[in-house]
Amino acid sequence: MSRTDVLLRVDDLTVSYGNIRALKGISFDVRDGEIVTLIGANGAGKSSALRAVSGLIPFSGRILYGDRDLSRIPPDGIVRLGIAQVPEGRGIFGNLTVFENLRLATWQRKNKAEVAKDFERVFGLFPRLNERKDQMGGTLSGGEQQMLAVGRALMSRGQMMLLDEPSMGLAPVLVRDIFHTLAEINQAGTTILLVEQNAYMALHIASRGCVLETGSIVLSGTGRELLGNPRIKEAYLGG
Amino acid sequence: MTYLLQQALNALQLGSIYALIALGYTMVYGILTMINFAHGDLFMVGAFLCFVAATYLKLSFVPSLLLSMAGVALLGVVIEKWAYKPLRQAPRVSAIITALGVGIFLENFTLALCPYPKHIPPLIAHEMWSFGGVSISSLQILIILLSILLMILLDFIVRRTMVGMAMRAISWDKTIVPLMGVPVDRVISITFAIGTSLGGAAGVMYGLAYPVIDPYMGIMVGWKAFISAVVGGIGNIRGAMIGGFILGGVEILVAAFLPSTYRDFVAFAFLLVLLIFRPYGILGKPHPQKV
Ligand SMILES: Nc1ncnc2c1ncn2[C@@H]1O[C@H](COP(=O)(O)OP(=O)(O)OP(=O)(O)O)[C@@H](O)[C@H]1O
Ligand SMILES: [Mg+2]
Repeated sequence: MSRTDVLLRVDDLTVSYGNIRALKGISFDVRDGEIVTLIGANGAGKSSALRAVSGLIPFSGRILYGDRDLSRIPPDGIVRLGIAQVPEGRGIFGNLTVFENLRLATWQRKNKAEVAKDFERVFGLFPRLNERKDQMGGTLSGGEQQMLAVGRALMSRGQMMLLDEPSMGLAPVLVRDIFHTLAEINQAGTTILLVEQNAYMALHIASRGCVLETGSIVLSGTGRELLGNPRIKEAYLGG
Repeated sequence: MTYLLQQALNALQLGSIYALIALGYTMVYGILTMINFAHGDLFMVGAFLCFVAATYLKLSFVPSLLLSMAGVALLGVVIEKWAYKPLRQAPRVSAIITALGVGIFLENFTLALCPYPKHIPPLIAHEMWSFGGVSISSLQILIILLSILLMILLDFIVRRTMVGMAMRAISWDKTIVPLMGVPVDRVISITFAIGTSLGGAAGVMYGLAYPVIDPYMGIMVGWKAFISAVVGGIGNIRGAMIGGFILGGVEILVAAFLPSTYRDFVAFAFLLVLLIFRPYGILGKPHPQKV
């Protein structure tokens, strides 16, 4: 695959919860090796888009990963295809140790030697997790939980990582660290689809971005274009 | 003293049966926050399967036990798939009613096939040993050791294996588990299979230890095992084991010092009092429930 190949193509994606239409036919794509970000305010439909890609909720429209149609594939099948998600609020299992949280994400993987290598990689990226290996997930600080959530997504060894507001609730310095790590992970070959309210940080590391407002994409462009766009400045970057 | 020791031994025997059954309640609750009220009847089916295996198939103890456990496990998985799974999003009370209905179905289905109480042939050579006045039978030793072995095995599965890890993760937050690549429905099936097979094993042992088996034998024993699970902290595996032995102990003590008709009244009163002081049971913790 060359670097400009489309890895994920979302076409006319519509998601409804009962009568509420959370996504009203959005289309975007993510090329292999890119970081693409979806930004938008509360309730814009960002999480719904990621949930649809991960197979957690029914949708209409089309989602293609490579040339695979993702409709009707159950969530565990989507992970097997190579898409890992860091969910909103991190979703750490508080009753499992840090090590177990990571290990659970290797459910699909058979090659023990490679799994061991990935443990090393994750502990290399986040030495703090190694120190707290046997501690319960629920006892970690917010920042550590976020590291664990990202580490877990790495353990499933996907080609693509979806992240739902990784900066949520973190101090600015931690946010910078996390985004720095994401850029590193991306450099090492993982394609990233990043959902954020922290538009400034997200657009900084993203090659491209889409702005979501009440279920529709109202703007899209390269990260730099969007950062310079007056409308974005006013609405998302605090003037 | 010897009297007390003798009673302690009896308590251990009864307690291990309650504990095994309680594990089934607690495992299913842990993973689905649902009480499988048909579980006591699955225990009964275990006893009847052993009766069939021993009487008609002429199998010895170990094959009879394995056949009963496997049969009950299969039944448990089928019940979950057909009766409970369609109701996962339904109001809690629908699932409870369904479970009770499944239980009544199992009782009456068994009654239709076996209208009269049955007797499992003695699969274990009966021997008695006496130590300073305390006597113990081969069957008692078997029940206690086998139960403990099964509990150790379960504890190992839950604490050390991937499936066990997935069960614990599901009990924390079911919505996140699929994102780990874990097929949640399969883990739920495995949980039902393991939990109900332990109930089946308890049915076999109970059927060997007590003279007759009948289609309604699971009701009272099931309730008591359920109490054990609640006493230990429903959803907590070690709690269910502890609760089983506590309830066995309470019952034997009551029967030893009070008229035997007091037994169940005291057992249930014990539950009520304990829950006033420890609403989550002995090892249970209030869990930050996610919506
Ligand atoms: N399970 C649900 N049932 C009903 N409505 C829902 C459900 N989940 C989301 N919604 C609605 O769908 C819309 C989009 O929600 P979504 O969670 O995708 O937004 P979001 O952009 O991720 O918001 P936030 O930044 O607050 O996380 C919202 O109006 C929300 O109220
Ligand atoms: Mg969201």
